[in-house]
Amino acid sequence: MHPLMNCFRTDEQRRLMELLGIEESTAPLLPRRVFLQSAGAAGLAIGLGWLVPTNADAALPGAEGAATGPLAPNAFIRVGTDNLVTVICKHHEMGQGNTTGLASLVADELDADWSLVRTEYAPSDPKLYNNLAFGPLQGTGGSSAIANSFLQYRGAGATARAMLVAAAAEAWHVPPGEIRTSKSTLTHASGRRATYGEMAAAASRQTPPENPPLKTAAQFTFIGKDRSTPRVDSPSKCNGSAMYTADLKLPGLLTAVIAWPPGFGAKLVSFDATDAKKVKGVTDVVEVPEGVAVVATGTWAALQGRRALKVQWDESASSDLDSEALLARYRAQAAQPGMPFTKPTTMSAAPAAVKTIEAVYEFPFLAHATMEPMNCVAWLHDGMLETWSGHQFPTFDHMFAAKAAGLPMDKVKLHTLVSGGSFGRRANVWSDFTVAAVNVAMAIGGRAPVRLQFSREDDTGAGLYRPMYVHAVKAGLDAQGRVAAWQHTIVGQSIMAGGPMAEMMIKDGIDPTSVEGVAKSIYDLPMLAGSLHSPTLAVRPLWWRSVGNTHTAYVMETMLDELAAASGRDPLAFRLSLLGKSPRAAAVLKLAADKAGWGKPRRTGVAQGIAVHESFDTFVAQVAEVSMRNGKVKVERVICAVDCGVPVNPDVIRAQMEGCIGFALGALYYSEVEIKAGRAAQRNFDTYRSLRIHEMPRVEVHIVPSTEKPSGVGEPGVPPLAPAVANAVARLGGPRVRRLPFTRAGLVET
Amino acid sequence: MSVTLNINGTRRDFDGDPDTPLLWVIRDELGLTGTKYGCGIAQCGACTVHVDGQTLRSCSAPVSAVAGRQVTTIEGLASRTAKAVQKAWVDLDVVQCGYCQSGQIMSATALLEKKPKPSDTDIDRAMAGNICRCATYQRIRAAIHAASAQLAG
Repeated sequence: MHPLMNCFRTDEQRRLMELLGIEESTAPLLPRRVFLQSAGAAGLAIGLGWLVPTNADAALPGAEGAATGPLAPNAFIRVGTDNLVTVICKHHEMGQGNTTGLASLVADELDADWSLVRTEYAPSDPKLYNNLAFGPLQGTGGSSAIANSFLQYRGAGATARAMLVAAAAEAWHVPPGEIRTSKSTLTHASGRRATYGEMAAAASRQTPPENPPLKTAAQFTFIGKDRSTPRVDSPSKCNGSAMYTADLKLPGLLTAVIAWPPGFGAKLVSFDATDAKKVKGVTDVVEVPEGVAVVATGTWAALQGRRALKVQWDESASSDLDSEALLARYRAQAAQPGMPFTKPTTMSAAPAAVKTIEAVYEFPFLAHATMEPMNCVAWLHDGMLETWSGHQFPTFDHMFAAKAAGLPMDKVKLHTLVSGGSFGRRANVWSDFTVAAVNVAMAIGGRAPVRLQFSREDDTGAGLYRPMYVHAVKAGLDAQGRVAAWQHTIVGQSIMAGGPMAEMMIKDGIDPTSVEGVAKSIYDLPMLAGSLHSPTLAVRPLWWRSVGNTHTAYVMETMLDELAAASGRDPLAFRLSLLGKSPRAAAVLKLAADKAGWGKPRRTGVAQGIAVHESFDTFVAQVAEVSMRNGKVKVERVICAVDCGVPVNPDVIRAQMEGCIGFALGALYYSEVEIKAGRAAQRNFDTYRSLRIHEMPRVEVHIVPSTEKPSGVGEPGVPPLAPAVANAVARLGGPRVRRLPFTRAGLVET
Repeated sequence: MSVTLNINGTRRDFDGDPDTPLLWVIRDELGLTGTKYGCGIAQCGACTVHVDGQTLRSCSAPVSAVAGRQVTTIEGLASRTAKAVQKAWVDLDVVQCGYCQSGQIMSATALLEKKPKPSDTDIDRAMAGNICRCATYQRIRAAIHAASAQLAG
């Protein structure tokens, strides 16, 4: 998902709410200002004005629909008589650590004992649990979980604390201001003492305060305190007890696999289930809109049944779809101007340029390849539908599940479980795996709950890829070595086109996710003239961890490096000269360079490359230290500097930077889905390769101390990695790599 | 034909197809879901279990191949080494999505049982068969060293 979604206009919000069947009067509106500006606008000498919410911002959804519990003042928290605090998390946990983050926001304002904090995942209810950055939608993406929840979840904790304090004050006949709270305990100088559990029932009879005061940064106990809130999901994920969709147990649960179309756009002609039905354990072989489902009492029987199934497909519509042919077509398009996406304030005057570099960059289709292949459990019973899955975008999954089942939304109940990775795959506006599971449940007449499971091959071959892109850039320097010209044409599928958000997102023919990172750049490049072609294909596109920045950062950061070299300037100094309007970008760049010992001599065969990028309001710079032996590249070390505003959980930030770096490096080295005769050629980890432990560089993460509003960390570590490595390769005398992955240039073992 | 198994110290009989991969017997028949399906072709290591103390990719081994042998899954880990590994994993917050981590822990435990003080190269060799798409590798390495130090101390 994408932060640009908070560009929703009021009328668009209304239209979407109609589409979703949400009554406007009850839906929380997009807060006009989630954050107040700092810099003393509110006259606060400490300059942390944005930390204090306005009345409107602090307003929380009421107790409606909230989980029961003695103290349940809002939808996000309950305090039990057992002294446990339960935080209800509106965001999806796919590894990025937001469960821990959300809980720590509540626990800090509540003064809770961390060991007594538990978490639960929220039901699908956009009235209570919408992402404040997405308007009326409940969903996780665009590295927005902590950013949009920062005041909301703190407010929830502060509300509960105020009610506990008020109850104690009443019981002890003392002014509330004299009561202290710490580690889930209320105390008074008189010696009175009560745990939150002991006071929960009395607190529940208090009126929730309208605008509870929030802590100042100096009062935080967990926020920004390193290792103060270890991950809540570590124990269950280290002993095998964590419950993923694949692990759900229900009475009579069946497993289904689908014989999916073998190629993009292939149509089912006929099938013969005779042999499939002979496989022991197979209960049903049924046609569904997606293909032919084989349902069985267990996974192996379902897979064996599918193997025995005979299916005829018509692949004529896409048999000529081929990655190489497509690239040739894209290259030809890139030579022609498309829809303009910038209005250059300085004419891209070719005559001013005395030195010009022209380059064409090619990026492959990428699969997300989450460790847990896609799956969903659907159960039709008693006139209703229940689903269990990694519902990353519950509002869309809810709507499409209801539509597939022909039920009103209030007869559909979603259960969101943790997922074994997403990287964008589980947040999709098509709800493909949810709908397919519902279709199978419908096809067997709701006889039993059924788990639809993708095999690895199904998952990798399913499309919903990071699209293939081609960039053509012509950039020039003037006689003083300054950037004087920059023409930039991008060719690639629009991720938004054809989906329910297309109308809202695509303006004047430009999908912002195709051009982010070029159109909105940290650099002062007023002469940049950008244009876009958005071809359509039978292969469904999807966002992939950091979305458009996956390719735009590579082009911007490697081209700038080439321009620096052409002007005879140091790549760091050259970048800094263009970062006048982006002090935070300049600061992370300098920090990473400083920590890496940029400019100091390195041993023979080792070089550093540098890159910086802003995505999702977070600034990340990386220095990659790379060695080359016999023409093969090894990334030895990556020094990463990140500015994500107030660092809520420093260890999670480090973990995300480490993970982003490894994820991006694997893609840079190896990842590519080729389409041949309409079919995905790579289907499993043997050919769609991923980074392995021996290829993981040492990663050092440096977090900029900040009082800016918090921004996300799940994605922004990805974009700078590939260009930083590529720039180091060029400094080692290797090629300027313009077609990814590196296997194409023979730079890694294949 | 029935296959007699010893899983986590308990005798279990399996009456289905003896060619069924061990993974699906463990998960679907015995309900031990800590062992994960990732690829089905022994490429990712998410399904790693111990058979007589050695790692085995259970997705690619027919259940008949482990008849009469001691199979240990993540749920059955009990040795001092295993506990040290799990503790180090929690202490360092290695996990992200967590889906591969049962397999990682099984591989790491088997390594430390054999080599209590592994070098980085030993770790690379023992762990290269376990993919983590979240790329938690740096912490996996650190946690193995931490467990090793704890066991020595």
